[in-house]
Amino acid sequence: MTVGKDVSALFPDVVNCMQTDNLELKKLVYLYLMNYAKSQPDMAIMAVNTFVKDCEDPNPLIRALAVRTMGCIRVDKITEYLCEPLRKCLKDEDPYVRKTAAVCVAKLHDINAQLVEDQGFLDTLKDLISDSNPMVVANAVAALSEIAESHPSSNLLDLNPQSINKLLTALNECTEWGQIFILDCLANYTPKDDREAQSICERVTPRLSHANSAVVLSAVKVLMKFMEMLSKDLDYYGTLLKKLAPPLVTLLSAEPELQYVALRNINLIVQKRPEILKHEMKVFFVKYNDPIYVKLEKLDIMIRLASQANIAQVLAELKEYATEVDVDFVRKAVRAIGRCAIKVEQSAERCVSTLLDLIQTKVNYVVQEAIVVIKDIFRKYPNKYESVIATLCENLDSLDEPEARAAMIWIVGEYAERIDNADELLESFLEGFHDESTQVQLQLLTAIVKLFLKKPTETQELVQQVLSLATQDSDNPDLRDRGYIYWRLLSTDPVAAKEVVLAEKPLISEETDLIEPTLLDELICYIGTLASVYHKPPSAFVEGGRGVVHKSLPPRTASSESTESPETAPAGAPSGEQPDVIPTQGDLLGDLLNLDLGPPVSGPPLATTSVQMGAVDLLGGGLDSLMGDEPEGIGGPNFVAPPAAAVPANLGASMGSGLSDLFDLTSGVGTLSGSYVVPKAVWLPAMKAKGLEISGTFTRQVGSISMDLQLTNKALQVMTDFAIQFNRNSFGLAPAAPLQVHAPLSPNQTVEISLPLNTVGSVMKMEPLNNLQVAVKNNIDVFYFSTLYPLHILFVEDGKMDRQMFLATWKDIPNENEAQFQIRDCPLNAEAVSSRLQGSNIFTVAKRNVEAQDMLYQSLKLTNGIWVLAELRIQPGNPSFTLSLKCRAPEVSQHVYQAYETILKN
Amino acid sequence: MIGGLFIYNHKGEVLISRVYRDDIGRNAVDAFRVNVIHARQQVRSPVTNIARTSFFHVKRSNIWLAAVTKQNVNAAMVFEFLYKMCDVMAAYFGKISEENIKNNFVLIYELLDEILDFGYPQNSETGALKTFITQQGIKSQHQTKEEQSQITSQVTGQIGWRREGIKYRRNELFLDVLESVNLLMSPQGQVLSAHVSGRVVMKSYLSGMPECKFGMNDKIVIEKQGKGTADETSKRRPSAPAHSGKQSIAIDDCTFHQCVRLSKFDSERSISFIPPDGEFELMRYRTTKDIILPFRVIPLVREVGRTKLEVKVVIKSNFKPSLLAQKIEVRIPTPLNTSGVQVICMKGKAKYKASENAIVWKIKRMAGMKESQISAEIELLPTNDKKKWARPPISMNFEVPFAPSGLKVRYLKVFEPKLNYSDHDVIKWVRYIGRSGIYETRC
Repeated sequence: MTVGKDVSALFPDVVNCMQTDNLELKKLVYLYLMNYAKSQPDMAIMAVNTFVKDCEDPNPLIRALAVRTMGCIRVDKITEYLCEPLRKCLKDEDPYVRKTAAVCVAKLHDINAQLVEDQGFLDTLKDLISDSNPMVVANAVAALSEIAESHPSSNLLDLNPQSINKLLTALNECTEWGQIFILDCLANYTPKDDREAQSICERVTPRLSHANSAVVLSAVKVLMKFMEMLSKDLDYYGTLLKKLAPPLVTLLSAEPELQYVALRNINLIVQKRPEILKHEMKVFFVKYNDPIYVKLEKLDIMIRLASQANIAQVLAELKEYATEVDVDFVRKAVRAIGRCAIKVEQSAERCVSTLLDLIQTKVNYVVQEAIVVIKDIFRKYPNKYESVIATLCENLDSLDEPEARAAMIWIVGEYAERIDNADELLESFLEGFHDESTQVQLQLLTAIVKLFLKKPTETQELVQQVLSLATQDSDNPDLRDRGYIYWRLLSTDPVAAKEVVLAEKPLISEETDLIEPTLLDELICYIGTLASVYHKPPSAFVEGGRGVVHKSLPPRTASSESTESPETAPAGAPSGEQPDVIPTQGDLLGDLLNLDLGPPVSGPPLATTSVQMGAVDLLGGGLDSLMGDEPEGIGGPNFVAPPAAAVPANLGASMGSGLSDLFDLTSGVGTLSGSYVVPKAVWLPAMKAKGLEISGTFTRQVGSISMDLQLTNKALQVMTDFAIQFNRNSFGLAPAAPLQVHAPLSPNQTVEISLPLNTVGSVMKMEPLNNLQVAVKNNIDVFYFSTLYPLHILFVEDGKMDRQMFLATWKDIPNENEAQFQIRDCPLNAEAVSSRLQGSNIFTVAKRNVEAQDMLYQSLKLTNGIWVLAELRIQPGNPSFTLSLKCRAPEVSQHVYQAYETILKN
Repeated sequence: MIGGLFIYNHKGEVLISRVYRDDIGRNAVDAFRVNVIHARQQVRSPVTNIARTSFFHVKRSNIWLAAVTKQNVNAAMVFEFLYKMCDVMAAYFGKISEENIKNNFVLIYELLDEILDFGYPQNSETGALKTFITQQGIKSQHQTKEEQSQITSQVTGQIGWRREGIKYRRNELFLDVLESVNLLMSPQGQVLSAHVSGRVVMKSYLSGMPECKFGMNDKIVIEKQGKGTADETSKRRPSAPAHSGKQSIAIDDCTFHQCVRLSKFDSERSISFIPPDGEFELMRYRTTKDIILPFRVIPLVREVGRTKLEVKVVIKSNFKPSLLAQKIEVRIPTPLNTSGVQVICMKGKAKYKASENAIVWKIKRMAGMKESQISAEIELLPTNDKKKWARPPISMNFEVPFAPSGLKVRYLKVFEPKLNYSDHDVIKWVRYIGRSGIYETRC
C-alpha cells in the first residue's frame, strides 16, 4: 500500500486521526497501527485510550473493530490494557462483538498464553460454545481448537456427548466457514461406543451436499474416522460407504486447485477403504486440458483402482497418455502400465505387449521407462516373458539414464544363459565403469558375477576385471564391500557363491508405493488439511510444538462383540490383494543377501579376519568344483546360503573361515551370546525359609531356557534332599530335569545350579502374566516363593517373520490390540538397538527412515507360538522411543514392553 | 490458519499484502515471487512449500492470489476462501484486474479485515457485506441504532444472506437451468466418459422473508411420491405416474447453496430455503445416466505419405428438429509442422489458425437431426523429429436450448406468511441452457 516506503515516521499524526467518526478512515488508521505499532511500541501507547473508548462505543461495528485491532497489535504494554475491554466484549449483547472477541482470545493467547490463562478467558471461551448464536459458537470452537493445539495435554476442548450435541446443532445453522471449524473439531472427538459414532455420522452426512468443498472434505474426515468404530456387518456401514462416493466424485468438477486437494485426499481414502470408489474409475480418466498436477494425481488413483474388472479400459487410457507431451506425465503413464501388470495378474500379458508397442516408438524416455518397468515384471512373473529380451537388447544404446541402464544390466545378468552375447553386452558397459553412477556400477558388478557363475569358462577374465575395478579403483564403500564379498565368496566356496548369488528371489510385491499403515491412519485424521496434501504428518512441515500431536484412528469399540475376534475383522482389503509396503529398490541390493536386514554389529573388525585380500588366484580349485555337477562332493565349511530373509541360527559351527566371519557381521553376535540376563536377585530370603536363601535369574541360551539358582545355606544345619516344583503358569514353564544338588549343602556354603526349563508344563493364566510360583523342598521343610520372569526368555529363535507376512499380520490384527509405550532415556541409535534386541530374539524385519525418524519393524515369537509385532520409532537425538506393539493376545504387550525396557537399558 | 494474503500482478509486484499472523515474515512475499511467479518451469502444484512455509495460489487472468501459512491448515478451506475472495471482489468492482485492484485498494483492505480475522474466514456473503462495507463510506453517526444492530444480526445471524424488510412492487423470480455436457468419445464412437454438471441459478426479487420450495423431476422423489400417493394421483390424473416415471432423472450427487436446509434434504429430499436477494446459485448437480448428447463428431484422419494429412469430420445433431443449437464451434487440431491447409465445408465458416495449431469451424445455427461435414487437406513440412504427433482430441463448443440431463423444473413454490402475496402472485420464469463443457472426440 505504501509502495514499499517506511511511513512509520508519521505515527503521531496518524494516531491523531483515530478519533474520527468516519468508519472507513478509522479502519485505515487501525490498519496503519497494526503494521507499525511494533516498530514504535512507545508511541503505540498513545492509541490505547482510543481503543478502550471505542470498545464502549454504542455502535457494535466499532466495538468489534476496536477489539479485533487491539488483538493484532503485538506490543506487550498494549496487551495489558486489552484484558478489560476484551472481558466486556466477550459478554457483549451483540453477537457480532462476541464472535470477534472469541477470535481475539486466540490472538491474545498467541502473544501471551500465561495472561490468557490467568485472566480466566479460557473459561469464558468455553461458555461461548453454548452461545445462542451459531457464528459465535463456531469462532469459539476455532479459537479453542487452536489454543488446545499448543497445549496437547490440557483438556481444553472438553468434548462430551452434551457439548457434541450443541456443536451438531450449531452445525446446521452457521456459515460455511463455521461448519468447517466445527467439523474439524468434531473429528478430534472419540465417541464412547459405536452407537454414538453412528448417531454423529447420521447428523454429519447431510453436509456432504454442501456447495463448499471444504465442508464436504471435513465431513468426509469425520465419517472416515468414525466409521472405524462401526461394525462392518451393520447395514448403516454399507449405507455410509455408498453415501461417500458421490460427493467425492463431485469434488472433481470443482476448480483445478480444489481438484488437486481432493485428489490427494482421495488417494488416501482409496488406500484406506478401496471399496468406496471401486466403481468410479472413469471419473479419474485424465482430460486433455487438466493442469499437469491434476493429471499426475489422477494417474496415481487410476492405478490404485485398477482391477481385473476394469483393466482393459485402464490400459487403453494409459496407452493414450503415453503419447502425450508432458515428459513427466508420459513417464508416469508408462510406469503405470507396469504397475498394472504387477497388480492384476490377468492383464500382465497385455501390459507387456503394450509396453513393447511403446518401445517401438523409439521415443527415448518412453523406452527407458518401459525397460525399468519390464524389469519389475520379470521379477513378478519369472520365466514368462523372457521372449521380449531380444527387443530390449536392441535399445541398449539409447539408454542414458542410470535407472534404465541398471535395469537393463540386471536383465542381462539375470538371463545371461539365454542371451548369447551377454558377455559382450556387459563388457561394453564395463568400459566406462568409473563414469557410471553407483546404481549402475553395483548392478554391473552383480550381473557380471551372475554371468560368471552361469558361464564360468568364458568369462573369467571379465569377472576379474570387474572385481578389481570395484575393489581397488573405487572410492565407494558400498561398491567395494560388495566387491569383496563376491571375491571372498568365489575364492572360498564357489558353490556357496552360486547358491547365494543365484538364489531364488522372492517375488516382488504388488504395490510398491503404498503409504505405511500407521502413517495412513494418521493422515486419514488430517483429511482436508495440508498434511493430507503433502502426505506427511504435520510434524514434518510445521515448526515448533503446534500440531505435532499424533492423531490416530479410534479403536473399534464393540457393544456387539462379534467384531472383536480377529477373523471377522479383517482391516482393509481382502487378504488376497494384501498390499505390500516394502519398496522395490530393495531388490537391487536385496538380491545379494538382503544385506539391509542384518544389523551391522560391533563384531570382530574386518581387518583382523584372515582373508587374503590380494589373492590374485582368486578361484583356485573352486573353479573345478563349480564345474562339477555334484556340489555335495566339496569339502570345506558347509555354509548354507541365507535364503531371502532367514538368518542362520547355527553360525557358531562355521566360525573360523573368513567367509563366515563376514556373515557373522550381518547376522548379529546375539545368537552366540544368548539373550540378555537379568542380574540375580534374592527370591527367597533366609529369614523366611529357615536359613535357606535362594537367589536366581532366568537365562536363555541357544534355544534353551534355564533358571540359574544360587542356594545359600545360612542355617547351622546341613541341607539335603533338594527338590523343586513349579505351579501351573501362563506359559507352561516347568523344570526339564530334577533339581540336582550333588552334595549336601553345609552351613555357609553356596552352590550354583542351572536348572533347565521347558515350556511343556500345564498352563494357567497368572496375574500378572509372568508370575511363577515355585516350591522348593529340602530335608527341613517345603518353601514357597513367587517370582516374575522376564518375558524375553520366552522369545524363540525363529521369531523372525517374513516381510510380507509381517505386513499381512500387522493389518490383520485389529487396531484395538495395538498398544503404545514410551521407552525413555535410551541413548542407543537404531543400529545398536536392533542388534541388541536381536540378541534377545527380537528380530528387525525391516527398517525405514520416515521424516528423519528411524522406524524399526520387529517381530518376535513366544514359546507358545504367539507372535508379537512391533514398530519402534526412533528419532535421532531424542532418547525417548515410541514402541507400538500389536499382538493377537494384547495382554502380553505390557510385558513385552518391559522386556524391551530391560534389554535396551542394560 | 491463514497467516497472510498477498495479491501480485503478473510481474510479481505486490499489489496487496495483508499479514494476519506473526509467524509470516516479510520475506514470505519475495519467496513466493521468486519460487513460483518467476519460476521457469510450469507450475507443478497449486500448493508450494518453501522453507516450511506453505503457499496456496490461484490465478485470475493476470493476477495471482496467494495465501500463506506455517500451520497445518485446512487446505480445501483455503482454496475455497481464495475463490470466495475473488467472487467478493468481482461483486464489488467487476473484473479482477491490476487496475481495478489498484483503484480499490482501500476497499480490499477493508474487506480483508472483515472476512478474515486472525486467518479465520468469517461471513463472506456479498449480500451481507454490502450492507456495511460500501464504496461510499459510511459515517457512523448517520446510522440509527436499529440499523446497526440489524447489520450485526444479519452478519452473524442464521440467515446471514438476506436482510429483513425487502420490498418489491412486482414479485418476480427467474430460474436458469445451466448445464454443461462433458464427453470423451473414442474415434470409433464409443463413449469413454460422459457427464453433465449442471447449475440451477436463481434470480429472485421477492418481498419479505419468503420460504421457497423447489421441485424437479428427481427420480428418488418421484418414485417416493409415486408409491406414497399412488391411489390419490391415479384417481385424479390416471396418466400422471407413468408419465412422470419415464421422465425422471437420476441425479448422482448434488450440492446446495448454504441457504438450503441440508438436513431436510437428507431426510425428505425436499429442497426448501429462504433465498438471498438477487442472483445466486441454488444448486449444482451431476448426472451420468441417460444423457442426451446433442452432437456426435465422427472424425477420419488419414496420413498420406509423410507430408500430407487428410481430415474429414462429420457432425450430427441429435435432438428435436424444432430446436436450434447455437454458437457451434469445432476445433480440429493440426500438427505443429503444418505448412498449409485447404478446407472445404458445407455449412458455416472454417479457418486454419496457425497460432492455435487448429482448424476452427464455426456454424451459427443448426437445427436438430441434421448433419454437416468438413474436409481438409493439411500439408506438412518434412521434419526429422522422431516423436509422433500426439493427436489431441477434436473439441466442440455449442449451446442448446434444453437440458441435456433431462432435468425439468416441476415447481417452485413461494410462501410468505407475513406479507399478503401468495404463490400465484409471483411471476416465475424458467429457462434451460445446455452448453458444451469439455466435449471431445479422440481422432
